[in-house]
Amino acid sequence: MSETTSTTATQTGIDPRGPQFTAAVTVVVLILALLLPQPWALVVTVIQTVLFAIGAGLGVQRTPHAWLFKKFVRPRLGAPDELEDPAPPRFAQGVGLAFLLVALVGYLVSATLVAQIALGLALVAAVLNAVFRFCLGCEIYLLIRRFA
Amino acid sequence: MPLVSTGAWIAVIAVVAALGFGLFRLFTDGRFRGTKELHVTQEVHAPEPHAWDAVTDALGETELGARATLVQFSSAFCAPCRATRRILGEVAEIVPGVVHLEVDAEHHLDLVRRLDILRTPTTLVIDGAGNEIARAAGAPRKEQVLSAIPALNLES
Repeated sequence: MSETTSTTATQTGIDPRGPQFTAAVTVVVLILALLLPQPWALVVTVIQTVLFAIGAGLGVQRTPHAWLFKKFVRPRLGAPDELEDPAPPRFAQGVGLAFLLVALVGYLVSATLVAQIALGLALVAAVLNAVFRFCLGCEIYLLIRRFA
Repeated sequence: MPLVSTGAWIAVIAVVAALGFGLFRLFTDGRFRGTKELHVTQEVHAPEPHAWDAVTDALGETELGARATLVQFSSAFCAPCRATRRILGEVAEIVPGVVHLEVDAEHHLDLVRRLDILRTPTTLVIDGAGNEIARAAGAPRKEQVLSAIPALNLES
């Protein structure tokens, strides 16, 4: 008597190290946005906002990070243990985009601290993703659905 | 100008907080904790007699494992759910009397609230009588699942 009943669809996946690489690049960009003086902080924030918008809008396989990963990183790695669904990292890019839009508006209205805190929260999520492959945005998703 | 800017402080705090939280999660994920009584979120309601009743109320009658049922809550935006599905499926195949049931949390939010599920994946171990005996948040390892399955009760 053994069976597995599944209610969620299984899809063909992506290499899980792709989103992890993307997150590592994001960590560097966000730290630059926090360390650089103006107007560079704003410039870097705009760039990261665009990057998140590409990831959320077109999917994580169509970002510049994904291209770099495929071209330079993936050939140096072995085959992945298992493939991953691209939907969770894509959703996480959307969460990142939300934080970066807050940061952008913060900088534009000279609320620098608000902008920096929003960048800091995005940085927490990116570090968790890069180091632990842990998707903070994905977990927040169920909590929002639960209490909404 | 101060020696270290506010932005630098925020960057340091963010990185330290993320590393601390990540290590904590690495340590606690997939650990089954015993649940003698079902935690009820709303005090106004009578306590849930059986976790399995809550599951069948939401999903309709499904098969309850004679020894244990591994109820896995998953969602679309959940990377570790895939690994959990594979591990629980393997356990259900190896161990007789164990059934794996995967529930899409988003489509059963009432059940999620009733059973107080906060994250996906969360795995409940339900015994042959329909009581929740343990639960784990995060992807468990196979040994962790095997040790959470109750021994066969020969008296009953």
